Amino acid sequence: MMDMTTIITDLYMARADVFLACAALILLAVGVCLKTRAFHRIAIGGVTALVLTLIMTLQQDNSGDSITLFGDMLVYDRFGVFMKVLVSIGAISAIFMGVRDLGDHVIGKFEYVILILLATLGMNIMISSNNMLSLYMGLELQSLALYILAAFNRNSLTSSEAGLKYFILGALSSGMLLFGISLIYGYTGTTSFPLIADIVLIEQTDMVSMGMLVGLVFILVGLAFKISAVPFHMWTPDVYQGAPSSVTAFFAMAPKMAAMALMARVLFSAFGELHSDWAQIIFAISLASMALGAFAGLVQKNLYRLLAYSSIGHMGYALLGYFVGGFTGVTATLVYLSIYLVMTAGTFAMILSVRNKDNVAATNLNEFAGLSKKSPVVAYGLAIMLFSMAGIPPLAGFFGKLYIFKAVLDGGYYTLAVLGVCASVVASYYYLKLIKIMFFDQPSAHDDYVVAPSRLLRWVGVPSVLFVVTFIFYPDWLVYEATQAALSLR
Amino acid sequence: MLGLYAVFLPLATFAITFLFGGFLGNRMVQFVTCAGLIASAVLSCLLFHDVALLGNTSVEPVMIWITSGNFNADWAVRLDTLSVVMMCVITIVSACVHLYSVGYMSHDKARARFMSYLSLFTFAMLMLVTADNLIQLFFGWEGVGLASYLLIGFWNHKHSANRAAMKAFIVNRVGDLGLALGIFTLFMIFGSVQFDTIFASVAQFKHETFEFWGYEIHALTLACLLLFIGACGKSAQLGLHTWLPDAMEGPTPVSALIHAATMVTAGIFLVARFSPVYEYAPFALEVVTYIGALTAIVAATIGMTQFDIKRVIAYSTMSQLGYMFFALGVSAYGAAMFHLMTHAFFKALLFLGAGSVIHAMSNEQDMRKMGGIWKKIPFTYAMMWIGSLALAGIPLFAGYFSKDMVLEAAWADQSAHGNLAYWLGVTAAFITAFYSWRLIIMTFHGKPRADEKTMAHVHESPFVMTLPLFVLAIGACGAGYVFYELFVGHDRALFWADALFVLTGNDTVEAAHHVPMWVKKTPLVVAVSGIVIATLIYGTGGKFAGFVSRLLKPIHALFFNKYYIDELYHGVFQKPLIALGRLFTKWGDQKMINGLGPDGIAKISQCGSQILSKIQTGFVYHYAFMMMVGLIAIISWIFYQMVMV
Repeated sequence: MMDMTTIITDLYMARADVFLACAALILLAVGVCLKTRAFHRIAIGGVTALVLTLIMTLQQDNSGDSITLFGDMLVYDRFGVFMKVLVSIGAISAIFMGVRDLGDHVIGKFEYVILILLATLGMNIMISSNNMLSLYMGLELQSLALYILAAFNRNSLTSSEAGLKYFILGALSSGMLLFGISLIYGYTGTTSFPLIADIVLIEQTDMVSMGMLVGLVFILVGLAFKISAVPFHMWTPDVYQGAPSSVTAFFAMAPKMAAMALMARVLFSAFGELHSDWAQIIFAISLASMALGAFAGLVQKNLYRLLAYSSIGHMGYALLGYFVGGFTGVTATLVYLSIYLVMTAGTFAMILSVRNKDNVAATNLNEFAGLSKKSPVVAYGLAIMLFSMAGIPPLAGFFGKLYIFKAVLDGGYYTLAVLGVCASVVASYYYLKLIKIMFFDQPSAHDDYVVAPSRLLRWVGVPSVLFVVTFIFYPDWLVYEATQAALSLR
Repeated sequence: MLGLYAVFLPLATFAITFLFGGFLGNRMVQFVTCAGLIASAVLSCLLFHDVALLGNTSVEPVMIWITSGNFNADWAVRLDTLSVVMMCVITIVSACVHLYSVGYMSHDKARARFMSYLSLFTFAMLMLVTADNLIQLFFGWEGVGLASYLLIGFWNHKHSANRAAMKAFIVNRVGDLGLALGIFTLFMIFGSVQFDTIFASVAQFKHETFEFWGYEIHALTLACLLLFIGACGKSAQLGLHTWLPDAMEGPTPVSALIHAATMVTAGIFLVARFSPVYEYAPFALEVVTYIGALTAIVAATIGMTQFDIKRVIAYSTMSQLGYMFFALGVSAYGAAMFHLMTHAFFKALLFLGAGSVIHAMSNEQDMRKMGGIWKKIPFTYAMMWIGSLALAGIPLFAGYFSKDMVLEAAWADQSAHGNLAYWLGVTAAFITAFYSWRLIIMTFHGKPRADEKTMAHVHESPFVMTLPLFVLAIGACGAGYVFYELFVGHDRALFWADALFVLTGNDTVEAAHHVPMWVKKTPLVVAVSGIVIATLIYGTGGKFAGFVSRLLKPIHALFFNKYYIDELYHGVFQKPLIALGRLFTKWGDQKMINGLGPDGIAKISQCGSQILSKIQTGFVYHYAFMMMVGLIAIISWIFYQMVMV
């Protein structure tokens, strides 16, 4: 039993997350009272809150070793800090995008910001979770916020449909997750990751029970749903297409980071000793994701569906690092995820800037025709992002893939590396197709898409482009941080 | 240093005029190229005095080129009698042609480019003859091939010119393959590509053999035969000659420079240069004799029946090259070089004269549409007479000395192939005289057959065109008499020094001075009779000629259609090869490689993508079903693994 002092100490140690929770609630209350321009003002508050949270999180990093709080429910280590930074960047970008996309719109309710804050809180708990229960709590907090966000444009049929689909399938995956947790609990008698690891270690000498493996599979399926790995990806294209564009951007960034972090916790902290057993599952879904992400994207005409498949493929590559395992593999994945996050933020910043007279963002590929003439800056920025996504050197995306494939080759999986490169070649087709449309196609006669300068471009687009272009000059700090994070993950 | 200037001046003028031609303007380009070539010609003559007459042979290094392990090949200018003789011929004829081109090409838009190409050619040819190793020789060899290609196809708006250029290039490729293999063979035998190293050690390798499919092959013979294939290609010998007549599509100065005086003699030069090796390969020399003699007679018979003025001279060139080759074949290298030199003068003269006629006749080349113009262009007429007299071998003119020397040497060889070469050569000499006067009479005499407008326009060429003719005419008159003693006479041993090598007992040039009188006089007799018969047949109008050709219809058809060799090649090589190529492109490349490769994979990818997007139905229960399938598949796999282990 914990006494009062411990609780207070733990709350202080977890001050970043506590602050975020409080900030979200206060902003909600303030927002209700605001009569005009609620969205913009709450957005400013939301960004401030996230930045402050980020600062507190980074402070914690200096304290050094990992600490566990609330009776081993949460763990605070460098891995957690690394992933939280990524999630926060994703959330801040999403708020910027929301301002551009929804701020002046009928559906521009300030709750968008609150929901993002709450989802971020859920993700932070996911990232820090050290127990099946905290895992589930964080996951559900995040998911509930995301369900609402997906259906945020309640006037739109597609948005409602997306929200509903995501909710139903998400509930299914949560069910699987819970079933898996209960199996694990049944076979190990605990929900704590370190204790599970101890039991696995003991059982390893004898024989791992089947029930535990099945439980792990169920948990993995639940998590694979969140990162939209094949064959649990089916919701992705529909939700990406149906949800408001800025929500799609958020979906493509933050939840992926959190779910990948959670997967790392489960796979390495709890079941690290069973690497040889779960590696083949990761192998299968990773390969399937890379292949499907590459091939299914080829005939897409809707930009958001295309980006959905793109993100599926990227998650496939990121999973390769987990498949290899060890701290080199995890490092590669963390680097890949960081670069993916920036590329996605940049891409969406550019895309959301292309709008027509009614302030609706372009959704179809052919609406980008002739963009290079209308707005060369955005066209070139987007081209850089797409080249980077395709993995063309010397842009950052190339290095992301480079580290992944290096880890794979060091592990001796040559066939897998070759297959991954092949998938990358196929996927580059649709990135190049969009570039070709922007630079060489003629816009249709009644095309009125234009680009107006905005905070989104200035605060998200430009830094992303700078990062992607200049990454080649200083890759070391990111690799160093990722290595430190991976090392802290036991 | 003189050698370097002489060789690299044309390169410099080429570079300047090719790069800055538009900036300099046509006048300036013409001045620069002509001045460069004339300077080069003067330097070459000085070199001739220094090297050939005073005997100061040398090798002037230019720069290091290839160094790889023990293998060395450097740029250098080799100056011995053989190369300076070639240099003089090349630069003098080239200077004349450059000057002539100023007038001849005066109506052409791209005349600056033409001049720069001529300079490029001259440079490449000089590189060839001054090479100190096989690699540099090959560089020059390919360089002249390139320049020849560019100049034959100079009027690239003409379809026939493009075809002829490609034909020349492709046929030469066959010869070049032989040359390249020859170079490889020599390198295998001697382990070096340096001329000095090779020539110094020929004797110790004279019994070297190769094992090839169980046959013992004499290494030096093989090398010599392969080199000779290269020589055949460049010098248009029977078998690889088909490109030369077609090459007349190029402007006439090109024909004079490249396809009469210089490039086509590269084969002669090659064999002469390798005389130390050929001397130890008697079988190869025999082959050279046969091919040369056959070419001489075959080309002469074809030339007899052609109507295009340039083609007649082209076949004449081929025939004369045949003479040179059989001279080489009987070890009379000096005689071959002598004939090469005199031939360069009078054949260039004939070509430029023909060019002058064509210029006067408003670009008409068909002799059937000429005639009756000798009074209008008397100077050209006189020049053509001089050239023809030299070609026919009439005393005092250059051809008399050299051609008779060649024939006498062939007879003096006292062998089956030498005898055959002599008699075929004599026959060809008769035909040569015949077609030369046929050409003169058809072109200049009789009634005018051109239309009035053309006739009214007939005029003597400008001074820049007649001056080169005059210079060449001096050579065609005097070169034989002046250089007889040096090239093949008493001074020849001192003159040639180490440049040419003849085994003792093979010295046919010496023996040629002691042949019976009838051997010496027969060529002259047949030449005069050839002139007389031609005058009789064509001087009386075309009727008698028509009667004769009808009388000998099958033979005439054979000659007129060039022994059907083009048709034969078309049927045997061209058609099957094109069919094969079409098969490969259509089925091999487009259907197989492209169909299964890039296009096929792209198509499959698109199909796969279509299928994948069909699976994406939009129904939630399908999605849930997929998730369950995935879950069950993974669990089944885990169970399967467990059971198997």
